[in-house]
Amino acid sequence: MLLVLLLLPMCWAVEVKRPRGVSLTNHHFYDESKPFTCLDGSASVPFDQVNDDYCDCKDGSDEPGTAACPNGSFHCTNTGYKPLYISSRWVNDGVCDCCDGTDEYNSGIVCENTCKEKGRKERETLQQMAEVTREGFRLKKILIEDWKRAREEKQKKLTELQAGKKSLEDQVELLRTLKEEAEKPEKEAKDQHRKLWEEQLAASKAQREQELATSAFQELDDDMDGAVSVAELQTHPELDTDGDGALSEGEAQTLLGGDTQTDAASFSDRIWAAIRDKYRSEVLPTDLPSPPAPALTEPREEQPPVPSQPAEEEDEEEEETEEEEGGEEGEEEDSQVPGEQPKETPPPVVPPQTASPTEEDKMPPYDEQTQAFINAAQEARNKFEEAERSLKDVEESIRNLEQEISFDFGPNGEFAYLYSQCYELTTNEYVYRLCPFKLVSQKPKLGGSPTSLGTWGSWAGPDHDKFSAMKYEQGTGCWQGPNRSTTVRLLCGKETVVTSTTEPSRCEYLMELMTPAACPEPPPEPPASGNHDEL
Amino acid sequence: MDAAEKEEISVEDEAVDKNIFKDCSKIAFYRRQKQRLSKKSTYRALLDSVTEGKESTRFQIINEAAKVPLLAEVYGIEGNIFRLKINEETPLKPRYEVPDVLTSKPSTVRLISCSGDTGGLVLANGKGDLKCHITANPFKIDLVSEEEVVMSINSLGQLYFEQLQIPPKQRATKENEEDTSDDTTQENQEELGLWEEKFRNFVDVKDNGPASIGLDFSLHGFEHVYGIPQHAESHQLKNTSDGDAYRLYNLDVYGYKIHDKMGIYGSVPYLLAHKLGRTLGIFWLNASETLVEINTSGDTEPAVKDALTQTGPVAVKQKVRSQTDVHWMSESGIIDVFLLTGPTPSDVFKQYSYLTGTQAMPPLFSLGYHQCRWNYEDEHDVKAVDAGFDEHDIPYDVMWLDIEHTEGKRYFTWDKKRFPNPKRMQELLRSKKRKLVVISDPHIKIDPDYLVYAKAKEQGFFVRNHEGGDFEGVCWPGLSSYLDFTSPKVREWYSSLFAFSVYQGSTDILHIWNDMNEPSVFRGPELTMQKNAIHHGNWEHRELHNIYGFYQQMATAEGLIQRSKGKERPFVLTRSFFAGSQRYGAVWTGDNTAKWSYLKISIPMLLTLSVTGISFCGADVGGFIGNPKAELLVRWYQAGAYQPFFRGHATKNTKRREPWLFGEEHTRLIQEAIRERYTLLPYWYSLFYSAHVASQPVMRPLWVEFPDEVETFGVEDEYMLGSALLVHPVTEPKATVVDVFLPGSSEVWYDSKTFAHWEGACTVKIPVALDTIPVFQRGGSVVPIKTTIGRSTGCMTDSPYGLWVALSTKGSAVGEFYLDDGHSFQYLHQKQFLHRKFSFASGVLINSCADKRGHYPSKCVVEQILVLGLKKQPSSVTSHSPDGKAQPVAFTYCAKTSTLNLEKFSLNIGADWKVQIQ
Repeated sequence: MLLVLLLLPMCWAVEVKRPRGVSLTNHHFYDESKPFTCLDGSASVPFDQVNDDYCDCKDGSDEPGTAACPNGSFHCTNTGYKPLYISSRWVNDGVCDCCDGTDEYNSGIVCENTCKEKGRKERETLQQMAEVTREGFRLKKILIEDWKRAREEKQKKLTELQAGKKSLEDQVELLRTLKEEAEKPEKEAKDQHRKLWEEQLAASKAQREQELATSAFQELDDDMDGAVSVAELQTHPELDTDGDGALSEGEAQTLLGGDTQTDAASFSDRIWAAIRDKYRSEVLPTDLPSPPAPALTEPREEQPPVPSQPAEEEDEEEEETEEEEGGEEGEEEDSQVPGEQPKETPPPVVPPQTASPTEEDKMPPYDEQTQAFINAAQEARNKFEEAERSLKDVEESIRNLEQEISFDFGPNGEFAYLYSQCYELTTNEYVYRLCPFKLVSQKPKLGGSPTSLGTWGSWAGPDHDKFSAMKYEQGTGCWQGPNRSTTVRLLCGKETVVTSTTEPSRCEYLMELMTPAACPEPPPEPPASGNHDEL
Repeated sequence: MDAAEKEEISVEDEAVDKNIFKDCSKIAFYRRQKQRLSKKSTYRALLDSVTEGKESTRFQIINEAAKVPLLAEVYGIEGNIFRLKINEETPLKPRYEVPDVLTSKPSTVRLISCSGDTGGLVLANGKGDLKCHITANPFKIDLVSEEEVVMSINSLGQLYFEQLQIPPKQRATKENEEDTSDDTTQENQEELGLWEEKFRNFVDVKDNGPASIGLDFSLHGFEHVYGIPQHAESHQLKNTSDGDAYRLYNLDVYGYKIHDKMGIYGSVPYLLAHKLGRTLGIFWLNASETLVEINTSGDTEPAVKDALTQTGPVAVKQKVRSQTDVHWMSESGIIDVFLLTGPTPSDVFKQYSYLTGTQAMPPLFSLGYHQCRWNYEDEHDVKAVDAGFDEHDIPYDVMWLDIEHTEGKRYFTWDKKRFPNPKRMQELLRSKKRKLVVISDPHIKIDPDYLVYAKAKEQGFFVRNHEGGDFEGVCWPGLSSYLDFTSPKVREWYSSLFAFSVYQGSTDILHIWNDMNEPSVFRGPELTMQKNAIHHGNWEHRELHNIYGFYQQMATAEGLIQRSKGKERPFVLTRSFFAGSQRYGAVWTGDNTAKWSYLKISIPMLLTLSVTGISFCGADVGGFIGNPKAELLVRWYQAGAYQPFFRGHATKNTKRREPWLFGEEHTRLIQEAIRERYTLLPYWYSLFYSAHVASQPVMRPLWVEFPDEVETFGVEDEYMLGSALLVHPVTEPKATVVDVFLPGSSEVWYDSKTFAHWEGACTVKIPVALDTIPVFQRGGSVVPIKTTIGRSTGCMTDSPYGLWVALSTKGSAVGEFYLDDGHSFQYLHQKQFLHRKFSFASGVLINSCADKRGHYPSKCVVEQILVLGLKKQPSSVTSHSPDGKAQPVAFTYCAKTSTLNLEKFSLNIGADWKVQIQ
């Protein structure tokens, strides 16, 4: 059909007589029996002044076939191909502009008539294009249907999820109540258990204090008279209160509460508490637990200097080679490095419990009853948390679905299928990656981290064809330049594929994506009669 | 990579880091001269030693410090030029004398000597109107023209000459000489930098020791001096007494600072001075680092008066009101100075080109618009940009490719991925009669697999380092060696690389651009080559630094001529240049910035190049660095359209800025500006012919055209294009009006668009819209134009001409027109050219032959004649063709603008005819 249309003019256009450079549609303005009126009506000249190589009309219409008017246009019939208007200044300039060569009739050069060949190529291209468009458009319709269905499904799923969310919320609430209910007896039982244990602990502590006091009393009571006197107390200079290293009589007496001596009962009641922290037993450490700390800190002190040394040197060397005046920075780092070291080496973690775990320090296991409460509560907690997690998941799914459903995927949602896809193009140096509606990135072929060329911004085609381009913005910043950005041009194709990536301006990328979704509706099959325009 | 590092240093930084470059205080020979001159030790001439040779008059000069006398030679040279040479009589080894700059050995004229009284010597030219008065003690030379002392040499006693010495190490055994006895402390040695000079991390070890020279010139009655490019400075040279001297040292200064006297890409050690009634030139032929101090004083100096009375018979009639002292200092070489005595600007231009040659006649295409960018990515990009011009109907002639077109910055190669088929790309351009220019830099990547490198290495064609190995430095390709273009053998070989059979992928539409030829060396001192690198003939780089780029362009131009078997004119653009570079092509002002101030400074920078012989010059339209706003870009295109070399260019990290990327309105404005350029092409071409054969600059400061009008001497915001058009580009943002100075009390000027006219010697306020380019045609001129604009100059060969005839106050006008085939040497060898003269007087316009030697058939016609300033409506207009036929001509007359427009006119441009207006 197309073929017929293109071949038709051949038999039509050739024979009509008209001045050089005039199109068939305009030929009736050029009637050699009448004076010529400029097409803009600005003047009227004898017909022999048409194409006389002198410009009479302001609009250049009297010289369609010469270069005389700066603003004229020359019409090439280009039989076999497409007719074309060229600037009349290009007439006879030695460059073949019309494929039929009619623009160079007096410049000494011979232009080959390439219209047939061009026409053939053009037809081929057009046919191919038409084929691609037809097929693409067919696919596009499927895509539209797919999305319609997918969207409905998603909508349905959304509704379901939204409904499910309600019951899930109820369930979460229910489980929360159950959990709280189960935690109540648990808490009580645990508190009771702890209380008992603490009382027990306190009692045994008191008893130990008592024992300590008694043994100290016995130690102090050198004469075994059943009372500790000032003099006896003075044998323990560590009890010195004024810091002079000796326990004076007065000090001792004050310690004894103003009395000269004290008996065992009042020693343990009143005096022991005041002196116990200073008191040093005469029998060397038997009862007093020795502090384990020094042993623990040892490895910590030895470690740091070893690794820090080479690191420091390296730093300095680098600086020296890079710049002469790196002195200041170097010093700063010198002081920083050892300071930071302890932070970096993890301090040895020694759980305090294991230091000297006496049996008493450890809480006895819960009794059966309490343990049962705890188990019940834990189960309730687990159930609640699980429900809460599912709710969050559902909410997330709802958000995503809502976003996808409300996304502008083109007039009929034909671009929706790109939503969760990514496409790559490998060039000499880079791998470009386009994840439609999300981001564009560029990664060196030979490894290296990707650079963002922009994240989804908006549809960016011209007003009448908004969906012909996408804009990705706010990519990685350029050195002393703007943030990278990418315009993706969408072209009709049977397959979805990134066909090219260029950087026409520094940091402004241009990508071409072929997709059936960009295919326009092919024109209806032409009616048999066709129209008789030169096209 | 290394190149990336350079980018950090220089390409990415918008402002130049001045610490990379020296100011005067960091230049040892400057410090030495200043220190020594403060303890003045005056020279005297030994006039009993005078000998008169065939060519020159020689005598010895001596001062107390130097026991060995210097030899001075005075030459008289054809065309009223004097040459003074001062050298050691028997130096330890020869001192460098700059070769290849003078076009040939200048013809000498015999000077007649007569002894003056009081122990002087007078040397006079044949006519006796020019004399050199040589005073013996203190040594001084006065240049006397028609009894007026116009210039004195060494009247300030700044003659300075460091004689070559034996290095201290070898001298140890020898008797200590006087001049070494005073400055022996370590500190002082360092300060004086005699054998070693430090700058930043660099140490310059000087095997030859100190060898600097200096001399002063007092210009009597002169307040205006010009020349000594290249500086981003005003056209009129400024007083340097309160700051740095003008430095001539070719350096790669990315985004150079404006209004600064630092040395940038090229050097022409040539200064012009102008006052009412006289123009002079001083050409200091020295290729080493040079400093020039300018000191203009408005008061009479008593010393000058004394000096004048001493000259005896030359009576002092003039009143010396002002004086400009020019002090030249060079690091090395000899004193070899040419005094160009004028007396008119035009005479000085001729005298200078007699010595160094005239502007090469450019191929016509190179006067069209050039489209460049670092970089057009690939063949596809080139095709798209080329198509963009046609699509937007904007004419252009040349597509340019920067360094990225090569395989890893290996010049003479193509990046196979981006440019797989360079010939096909060139065929596309050729089909539209357009051309291609590609870059070729002097650094050669060190890569044994790279044929150019391997061949050059094998033959020892690289500059050597101080230690004797090949010099290696970092540039675009990474580690590179640098071709030694100072060697004739290297140049010959380099030229041969442009042969079509050698340069794969090249065709005859490919022309060349030499960049980075200061030379630029990324990690070198001041981003250039170490001064003790060794060139052909064992000369140190310091001797010839400023001429390195000159030689590359010479070899490139020669290569392009040779590949066409001597038939075609080459086009070669160079960034670095020296005196004489005009013989090889075009020069541009390097890496400028997209700012209004850089647009503005382009005018004085180009005027300065123009008066020092380099007519074919331009600045990157739009500014190389940064992104111009649409208004600035439009204004820059408008300015560029009226500057000789017209190229849009932009650096790598700028936004695209092809003319159609700024909206329809701006596209139209740029298109308009470029079309104006193409309209005036016949005028441009004729002006270049005049520069080529008659040494007259294309772009002229007002003082050149109006040498008798003091008001013009300092003007640099407007200029003359030839003698007919005055151009005042708009260089301010949001301008609504510009003040245009229209010189000449007896002149009349016509607005080239509105035809409104003004009498001269006034400043007029011209309202400007964004589409206004203030251009005025001078009454009394005829400007040939093209009436139809094609897409390139090649497409306009046969298109018709028009004539703009602007009448003087006396109702007359003259103009010239030159035409040839636009690309070959046939104009020269076969006299295939057309040189016409148009003259209008008493109502008759005559087209006559201006040079009967030339013949060139053209089928082009003059189809339109516009006569401006015709007061009375004619009753009839008749044309008289060569065969004597008289024909009435249709015309329209506009009384309001006094404009006569002849229409339907069709007489051959190359024929004798006349048009009578009655």
